[in-house]
Amino acid sequence: MTIPGAKQTSVGALVIALLIILPLIVNSGFALTVMSQTGIAIIFALAFNMLLGQGGMLSFGHAVYFGLAGYVTAHVMNGMANEDLPYMPVSLIPLVGGVAGLFFGILIGFVSTRRAGTAFAMISLGFAELATGLTLIIIFFFNGEEGVQTDRWVREEWFGITYGPDIQVYYLIAVWCVIAAIAMYLLTRTPFGRMSNAVRDNPERVQFIGYNTHRVRWLAFSLSSFFAGLAGALHAVNVEHVGFETVGLGQSAVILIMVYIGGTGHFAGPILGAILITLLNAYLSDISPAWYLYLGLIFVGMVMFAPGGLAGLIMMHDPIRRAAPHLLMRMAPAYAAAFGTSLVALVGCIGLVEMAYFLSTTVSRNTALILYGIALDAADFWPWLVCVALAAAGALGCSRTYPRLAESYGTAMHEARRAVAS
Amino acid sequence: MTNAIEFSGVQKSFGNTEVIRGVDLAVEQGEIHAVIGPNGAGKSTLFNLVTGRYHVSRGRIELNGENITNRAPHDIFRKGLSRSFQVTNIFPRMSVFENVRCGVLWNLGYHYSFWHFVNRRRDLRERTESILEQTGLASRRNVPAGLLSYSDQRALEIAVTIAGGASVVLLDEPTSGMSSSETEQAVALIRDISATRTMVIVEHDMGVVFDLADRISVLVYGKVIATGTPEEIRSNAKVQEAYLGTEAA
Ligand SMILES: Nc1ncnc2c1ncn2[C@@H]1O[C@H](COP(=O)(O)OP(=O)(O)OP(=O)(O)O)[C@@H](O)[C@H]1O
Ligand SMILES: [Mg+2]
Repeated sequence: MTIPGAKQTSVGALVIALLIILPLIVNSGFALTVMSQTGIAIIFALAFNMLLGQGGMLSFGHAVYFGLAGYVTAHVMNGMANEDLPYMPVSLIPLVGGVAGLFFGILIGFVSTRRAGTAFAMISLGFAELATGLTLIIIFFFNGEEGVQTDRWVREEWFGITYGPDIQVYYLIAVWCVIAAIAMYLLTRTPFGRMSNAVRDNPERVQFIGYNTHRVRWLAFSLSSFFAGLAGALHAVNVEHVGFETVGLGQSAVILIMVYIGGTGHFAGPILGAILITLLNAYLSDISPAWYLYLGLIFVGMVMFAPGGLAGLIMMHDPIRRAAPHLLMRMAPAYAAAFGTSLVALVGCIGLVEMAYFLSTTVSRNTALILYGIALDAADFWPWLVCVALAAAGALGCSRTYPRLAESYGTAMHEARRAVAS
Repeated sequence: MTNAIEFSGVQKSFGNTEVIRGVDLAVEQGEIHAVIGPNGAGKSTLFNLVTGRYHVSRGRIELNGENITNRAPHDIFRKGLSRSFQVTNIFPRMSVFENVRCGVLWNLGYHYSFWHFVNRRRDLRERTESILEQTGLASRRNVPAGLLSYSDQRALEIAVTIAGGASVVLLDEPTSGMSSSETEQAVALIRDISATRTMVIVEHDMGVVFDLADRISVLVYGKVIATGTPEEIRSNAKVQEAYLGTEAA
């Protein structure tokens, strides 16, 4: 017998330990910034999934609550610095963002959650455009395209914390990330959380067991906006600036993509997506100008071939792991083969994309390019030949290895079922 | 005593087609009232009107003496009326246990709470367990509802319907598509449920109807042509002609 919740507790303890020591291991300034961004993205992604995954509401404008809360937070911090507003520790300022998000969520959600499905998605899009418009119109609050500048160093707090050094901000974000994640996880186990799933799966029936579907969706929307606002406040603290792009469609699209790639059907999915996409964005966008193309391709690929996202792919193996873990090892060769052929195809395709991108965007006549650490001339014939050959060989390989992988998975599942049955 | 449900001059049109053409019908407290009639007579529509799923075009519907005409479905449920569906209508991704628990939540006062944990509440678990026992689904509790056999899904449909403790329960063709042994079980279950509730059932299986019902109403082409005890209905000439006769042929 295991104690209920013991597994979650030990996973949680492990995560917390990791969050504490991570900045001590990788202590470059850039890495720290990326980790802080990741923490914010995780909160926002989990909040978004309260809508999409738990509640079945696809929003194209959830950054509105993230961004508006960011603006409010920036103004509150500035107000505290000028002593126009009573002081509160910056450690607790995410709550201000949360309340701001909640406020706008309650207000706008009342209207948008009257409808589900496509109508809801369209209304969310409308409000996203509206918010972007307002940032350029209401200058005294949003300050137009310049955005609002702020300073997180308001006063020295407990233990001499000032939020001057980035490492302190990292820990602030880490603490709030853990609190928010736990809170959102616990919410899934409340009557509200269960009915949110019920409304997602069968809104029709929900009405005949006593629930007002609009109320359920509205509550989900409001609570989700609270956490989105919390993330927005941390963003304001982290970068000390809030611009109009934070409420915009771009920001909303990024969070949607993150959550979808991570997987909407499992609580940890958005966390995976947030980590992966933030890391890729931080490290790839510097290396490759074609980063958004890759992001788009990953997204489309996920939607087409793995609609359950990364979490879905991982959880596919859970029945096998539970029934007979050794069966997973037996799948390893098939996985290695599929991985190998994919890698070859990927190297070829990325090479082609990079060279094409380079040729089409370079201003000078300079066609010299460094690809995979090799200096070559994009105008030459042979690099193209090699890349096409790699891509073709990889694709051909994949056409063999993927069916074999599927077959190996099928066999393992079959045996796992037999093991459970016996 | 006031009637459990009372229809007065209820009329329903879809566009130009009048589907319910002035129904007066009283369901008495504690009885099992069967509604029979040919396909397309409007039986399901009648359920949809009383439960608030469809708008009533004209007329009035009362539940325990209170006017519930055109109230929202969740409002009517909260006043103590619950229904099952002719086509199984459950939460396919949730387990059997979770399905029933969803049905229990409102009635035990949890409403929209986000400060209780469903798996820590004893009253929730106990009520859910007892419904599962009663409907014979206890052994299937962890199966995702979408993977249940047809007859188990029908049983779950009833389980979800009665989970909320409604005093008036409407069942729309609870035994349709079942084998005779499954039907027998379903009849036993319905009889068991009816001990503490007023029931209205729509049913095509005349064996079931005459076995279970205290009173029967015959709905033909949007009108109630007769209401009475099973004996009265069996010997009613109009019913013979309009419905039972064709069934026997
Ligand atoms: N939403 C709707 N829109 C238009 N017509 C409808 C609608 N619902 C039902 N009808 C029509 O109303 C009539 C009665 O339908 P209803 O489903 O109530 O019949 P029923 O007595 O339950 O039949 P069955 O025994 O086949 O279930 C049918 O002619 C049907 O086509
Ligand atoms: Mg019907």
